[in-house]
Amino acid sequence: MAGYMLRRLVQAALILLGVSLITFFLLYVLPADPVRQIAGRSATPQTVANIRAQLGLDQPFIVQYGRYMAGLLQGDMGRSYLQKTDVATLIAARLPASLLLMAAGIGAELVIGLTMGVIAALWRGRAVDSGLMMTSFVTVSAPQFVVALLLLYLFAVKLGWFPIGGYGTPAHLVLPALTLGILGSGWYARMMRSSMIEVLRADFIRTARAKGLTRRRVILRHAMPNAILPIIAMIGIDIGIFMGGIVIVEGVFGWPGIGQLAWQAIQRVDIPIIMGVTLVSACAIVLGNLLADLITPLINPRIRIR
Amino acid sequence: MSDTTMKSIARRPDSAWVRLRRRKMALVGMALVILIFGASILAPWIAPYDPFEQHFDGLTLFGEPLPPGGEYLLGTDLLGRDLFSRLLYGARTSLIIGVVANGIALIIGTVVGLTAGFFQGWIGAVLMRFTDLMMAFPALLLAICLAAVFQPSLWIVAFVIAMVNWVQTARVIYTETTALTARDFIAAERTLGASTARILFKHILPHLVPTIIVWGTLGISTTVLLEATLSYLGVGVQPPTPSWGNIIFENQTYFQAAPWLVFFPGAAIVVLALAFNLVGDALRDVLDPTLRGSD
Repeated sequence: MAGYMLRRLVQAALILLGVSLITFFLLYVLPADPVRQIAGRSATPQTVANIRAQLGLDQPFIVQYGRYMAGLLQGDMGRSYLQKTDVATLIAARLPASLLLMAAGIGAELVIGLTMGVIAALWRGRAVDSGLMMTSFVTVSAPQFVVALLLLYLFAVKLGWFPIGGYGTPAHLVLPALTLGILGSGWYARMMRSSMIEVLRADFIRTARAKGLTRRRVILRHAMPNAILPIIAMIGIDIGIFMGGIVIVEGVFGWPGIGQLAWQAIQRVDIPIIMGVTLVSACAIVLGNLLADLITPLINPRIRIR
Repeated sequence: MSDTTMKSIARRPDSAWVRLRRRKMALVGMALVILIFGASILAPWIAPYDPFEQHFDGLTLFGEPLPPGGEYLLGTDLLGRDLFSRLLYGARTSLIIGVVANGIALIIGTVVGLTAGFFQGWIGAVLMRFTDLMMAFPALLLAICLAAVFQPSLWIVAFVIAMVNWVQTARVIYTETTALTARDFIAAERTLGASTARILFKHILPHLVPTIIVWGTLGISTTVLLEATLSYLGVGVQPPTPSWGNIIFENQTYFQAAPWLVFFPGAAIVVLALAFNLVGDALRDVLDPTLRGSD
């Protein structure tokens, strides 16, 4: 186990190194010039050259990348070109909001998805089942911004139940979390349905029924906990998916997380921030996948670690 | 060997097409796909107006867009253009991107997966580690970044999406090729002196066709959603070329007063993605060799 862990950690570190190299390279070769953004349109060539030299952007790629990585190892992610602040500070200030949203989103999708899955499994083959499975297809086919705008219109503009956007109170959290929850629920519903159907066929369920337990108790105490187990590992993979989509949901609801930070940075070609957010997101994805791989054998001992 | 002969004598299972037709969801999906393809091809004949024309009577006296109903079936947009006509032409954009971007992604994914799975060794290791690396990339962020910088045209958007979307296909094709390469009939071919090219194209590739079809269909859905998202952010297909995503992008400032400008294109995106997901999922059940054994 320790050897496996170590191997996976080394692998994760190498993947992150690769991500950093490729992102840095892409940003290096991009036709957009950050110096132009900083200097403004009316700057003289001399000013532009000075700024370029000052930021070290006149150095060859390898030197620039080497400097960046050397800084990164000491926890220094560089300075934002336009905000004149350390990128690490900016990200640290925004990360809690994103993590809160992510946690709430995962909570929402589990509640919605697992409920749908259990109901579909219990009424398997009936209209409820096919209705729910169709719904799950719709949720995986909907783009995030459409769901976000729909919820915004319905519950904030028309009904006025929740604020239109912003951050601070639990009420602000509901719609963004629900957006993520609805979108993610489809996969969980399908997984939970098949897992539940499989568990309901198992011998120990028959035994529980034969003991004379109520249907309710058999389902809630015996079937559901066992059906949920194989699904837990999916949460790790979900972290990565959330990190990818967070730009949209944060943008629509004005949620001050790293997604919004990234979007602003992309529009202004603020390369150190783009680089920083990409790396943080990649870290989350790698850790999430690692978590999923480590949890699976704990839950299901039949899957052994090589 | 006798096992294989026995199987061929046994009753031939229904063809994939027959099994596909039995699925209600697949039929719904196929009907929707045909409908959308038809609408986009026939757009010049179906569309009541020119999608680019800004109608003088397309705005109220206060310069507001017209609601659905009346002369303009689904209302007009902020510039007084007919929304229904723009949606019809927008279907073309979505489908072109869906087919082109997904086609490129599918080709890259298949070549990478096939090469890595068949040759293994250091080529396979390098390719698959690179695929792992791409999996760890925040895909949307990468796409936004690339699209934002390259003054996006339709083809750039398609290219960017392809660069992000080939990864999943590569992984699936790799797994299947690895399994196939280890099978006896491939070893037999090798013993008979078949060339590598012959084994690859005559024996391995045909076995991968079902997988490629399934992932190709599901991939159109992913592609369409990504295009819509990029266009919604303003870094995808650029106005005035209508795309369902950029229609929402252009009109979202007015969204509280004119929600139809978000809902109709939004619904169109969902329907298109749903259609391909339904067909793809049914195809997977019908074609997937790992599931076919139980058939």
